Amino acid sequence: MSAPGQTYETVIGLEVHLQLATATKLFCGCSTTFGASANSQTCPVCLGLPGVLPVLNEHAQSWGLRVALAFNCKLASTMKFDRKQYFYPDLPKGYQISQFDRPLAQQGHLDIISGQELKRIRIHRIHLEEDAGKLLHENSQTETFVDFNRAGIPLLEIVTEPDMRTSEDAYAYLVELKATLAYLEVSNCNMEEGSLRCDTNVSLRPCGAQTLGAKVEIKNLNSFKAVKQALEYEIVRQADALSRGEKIFQETRLWDAKKLLTESMRSKEEAADYRYFPEPDLVPFVLDASLVERARQSLPELPAQKRERFQQKYGLSAYDAGVLTQERAVADLFEQSVAQGAKPKPVANWLMGDVLAYLNTKALTLAQVGLKAEALAKLLALVDAGTLSGKMAKEVLMHMLEKGKDPETLVNELGLRQISDTSALDRLALDVIQSNPNVVAEYLRGKATSIMYLVGQGMKRSRGQANPQQLTDAIKKQLETLSSSDTAQTEVRS
Amino acid sequence: MSDTSLSMLTLHALKRLVAEEKLTPQAILDDLLARIQRLNPALNTYVHVDPDALRSQLADVLKQPRRGKLWGLPVTVKDNLCVQGQETTCGSKILAGYRAPYDATVIAHLKAEGAIIVPRANMDEFAFGSSTEHSAYGPTINPWGGGRDRVPGGSSGGSAAAVAGDLAVAALGSDTGGSIRQPASFCGVVGLKPTYGRVSRYGLVAFASSLDQIGPITKDVEDCALLLSVIAGHDSQDSTSAPVAVPDYLQSLRQPVKGLRVGIPELPVEGLDPQVQTAVEEATAVLTKLGMVRVPVKLPHIDKSVATYYVVATAEASSNLARYDGVKYGTRASAAGSLMDMYLNTRNEGFGDEPKRRILLGTYVLSQGYYDAYYLKGMKVRTLIKYDFDEAFQRCDVVLMPTAPTPAFRIGEKSDDPLQMYLSDIYTISANLAGIPAISVPCGFSPGALPIGMQLLAGPFQEEMLLRVASAYEQATDWHQRSPELNAAKA
Repeated sequence: MSAPGQTYETVIGLEVHLQLATATKLFCGCSTTFGASANSQTCPVCLGLPGVLPVLNEHAQSWGLRVALAFNCKLASTMKFDRKQYFYPDLPKGYQISQFDRPLAQQGHLDIISGQELKRIRIHRIHLEEDAGKLLHENSQTETFVDFNRAGIPLLEIVTEPDMRTSEDAYAYLVELKATLAYLEVSNCNMEEGSLRCDTNVSLRPCGAQTLGAKVEIKNLNSFKAVKQALEYEIVRQADALSRGEKIFQETRLWDAKKLLTESMRSKEEAADYRYFPEPDLVPFVLDASLVERARQSLPELPAQKRERFQQKYGLSAYDAGVLTQERAVADLFEQSVAQGAKPKPVANWLMGDVLAYLNTKALTLAQVGLKAEALAKLLALVDAGTLSGKMAKEVLMHMLEKGKDPETLVNELGLRQISDTSALDRLALDVIQSNPNVVAEYLRGKATSIMYLVGQGMKRSRGQANPQQLTDAIKKQLETLSSSDTAQTEVRS
Repeated sequence: MSDTSLSMLTLHALKRLVAEEKLTPQAILDDLLARIQRLNPALNTYVHVDPDALRSQLADVLKQPRRGKLWGLPVTVKDNLCVQGQETTCGSKILAGYRAPYDATVIAHLKAEGAIIVPRANMDEFAFGSSTEHSAYGPTINPWGGGRDRVPGGSSGGSAAAVAGDLAVAALGSDTGGSIRQPASFCGVVGLKPTYGRVSRYGLVAFASSLDQIGPITKDVEDCALLLSVIAGHDSQDSTSAPVAVPDYLQSLRQPVKGLRVGIPELPVEGLDPQVQTAVEEATAVLTKLGMVRVPVKLPHIDKSVATYYVVATAEASSNLARYDGVKYGTRASAAGSLMDMYLNTRNEGFGDEPKRRILLGTYVLSQGYYDAYYLKGMKVRTLIKYDFDEAFQRCDVVLMPTAPTPAFRIGEKSDDPLQMYLSDIYTISANLAGIPAISVPCGFSPGALPIGMQLLAGPFQEEMLLRVASAYEQATDWHQRSPELNAAKA
């Protein structure tokens, strides 16, 4: 067995297919809503009936431009489509309208943080194409059905250069890609629903070598985790084979998520000849400069830029800034809370801790819970002012997330106001001392930890509302008075 | 039954008679249906006619408050134009039983002007052919030629033969390499292929997308102008249709042609029938007599057009016909064990020999390793041919040449020799490759009483010029007024 990574360098490239969440399909006016009943979202055009012609959806084009610009690409000067030809029952025309020799965009990059390192992953090309339908095998033992609802939905294919070296790089790239696309609001990026699909190419080469080894393409990857697992499996498999003196051949393999291994699907020799040629139904046209400019203007601040700014402006760590900027809504809530007067670091901690944990557990988005910056800032102010203990604040926050109510309302409703009033705390302290003479006696005999019991009793009596620190102080003060001036009396009594 | 029928009249004549209330649309349709019933069994110009559907269509049209340009007038359409609810089969078994769920844009335009749509004129399967012998519904017979042994040309042979034999008042065909003009020439009628992009292709079952155009086949030039004015125009459903304003084509008729320049090109004459050559030379003389100036022009690459066409057109056809796979509509082979069996058996049983030949050719020229040598080179030569015409139209207003090298040939004469068949389009193909408009007009008869057509070509969107010259020529001659003797065709 060779030790992978020592003898060989891993080279990874990724191909992502992204469904654009435009209201209508790429070449017709049909809806793109996910989950509609089979073939209800079809028309003669996306069914490829005899005589129909495609008309380009300008929204899909401008969304494609936004993605290309966000990935720092050079744009094509001319939009040109080609036909990619193959037979399959989910492909209604017997060809897919795609882009071959003149993709929408080329030569871009995306910066990722993998491990602790900032890495630049170059983008080879981005092109626009139409999705195919879906075969349904579940309904019958003997027949297969086709659902064309998906046929014609706009897809962007985003292909990297072979710039990744580890499975972590690939994972980090996908996380950054998804974050960036979510900021652009162009796709649902949902791997389960198939709005984001990913294939990966991986090859090994002796460390220091310049030429690439034979690449293996891995398909059927249904989650980011699967991408990572499949790469890890494949890297070991190839290294083992190479160390045994075997040769790796260019092929396509399928990831089996149950058996956790890859299996050969087809070799290079079996690869199809797609007979690409220019789509005659869509005449190439020059990309309008004003359209490109509009797309450029419409770009939001992207995660990488925001991450950098959060570190500079709010003094956050790279890690905190990274977590907070992964989702635009979280980043916005952070900034708005700070604008409402909250301190950056505590807001960051609350968001990254309790809020994100809650959302993850419940599988909800920030938008769904309706947590407002004003409310979050108020909650933190209540903690700062000592009105709420940290524990109380957690409880209030849970209610805020569940009911979307204002923290002050909740404090009153739940009766959670912390008692910080000195005279009230003094009364409470006296009460506890008088009710627990044995414990007091223990304390006075030198068992300092007994005070914790007294504080606990006080918290219980105040139903948790006493400020624990102040209550401790009040009990201590009174016990000290007892020990200095009333020692004799106490001894007499006992 | 007397050999007269209202369907012998032109659209514009019938339109006037209806407007003057001397005729009713019912009478026209009744006469047409009677004529079809009598003559179609012998000529096979239609693959199917549904009289009840036509009568109910007419009843609906008569209720329309607005009287459109073609109100109540029947227009025959080729079997590759989609008419909502009607079978559209492209003369192929593979589309048997397929009913289009939508109207082609040209059909919608005709309906909007009150026309009665009369489907389905016979054609070569998927418009692959020059004789209408390659139809799953059997060959169409040319009404001309006493022996009933002549082809009508193709692929719009059904449309042209129907107009010539008065089984149609006027018709629409489609033209990818001459499929309107060559049958118009063989049948002694007028046929126009518009500029690429002039007429929407939406709803025309595609053969070669970069070459196909829909156009009129009519009894005279005025009908041609009338139909073109209805079907032309930009269509948001066809990205290749041009946003160019549609002029009033009827205005271009009967305008003087004095001083216009007619370009006479040097042509490859191998296979050119001397009778045709003579007829076209005489037509040139007629035009010069009308005051037109004869100028020599060069089309140096025109001899490459057939070869170029059979690379470009078959490549596109192989792609366009991929959708007929048995999955969604039309024929599906019953014996289908695996998916591959279903594909192979469906396409083997569903397509005739000519589609198979063209799919093979097209697949070959697009294959890895051959693309550059064939398709790419073909596209380059196509550009050269277009440049030839750009150059020629610097020197002249129209180019004149024969439509076809010969009059109508005999049924079966070329069906075993694809190359000879392909060469019958030698003069028409270049207009499709260059994307320019061209019209075929009757210009004489062979000693055997077969019609001969001449072809006029003009620059892009110069249909007005074509109609102007064609109309002037028509006024000066009487070829278009002759009709075939059809009593013998009584079935």
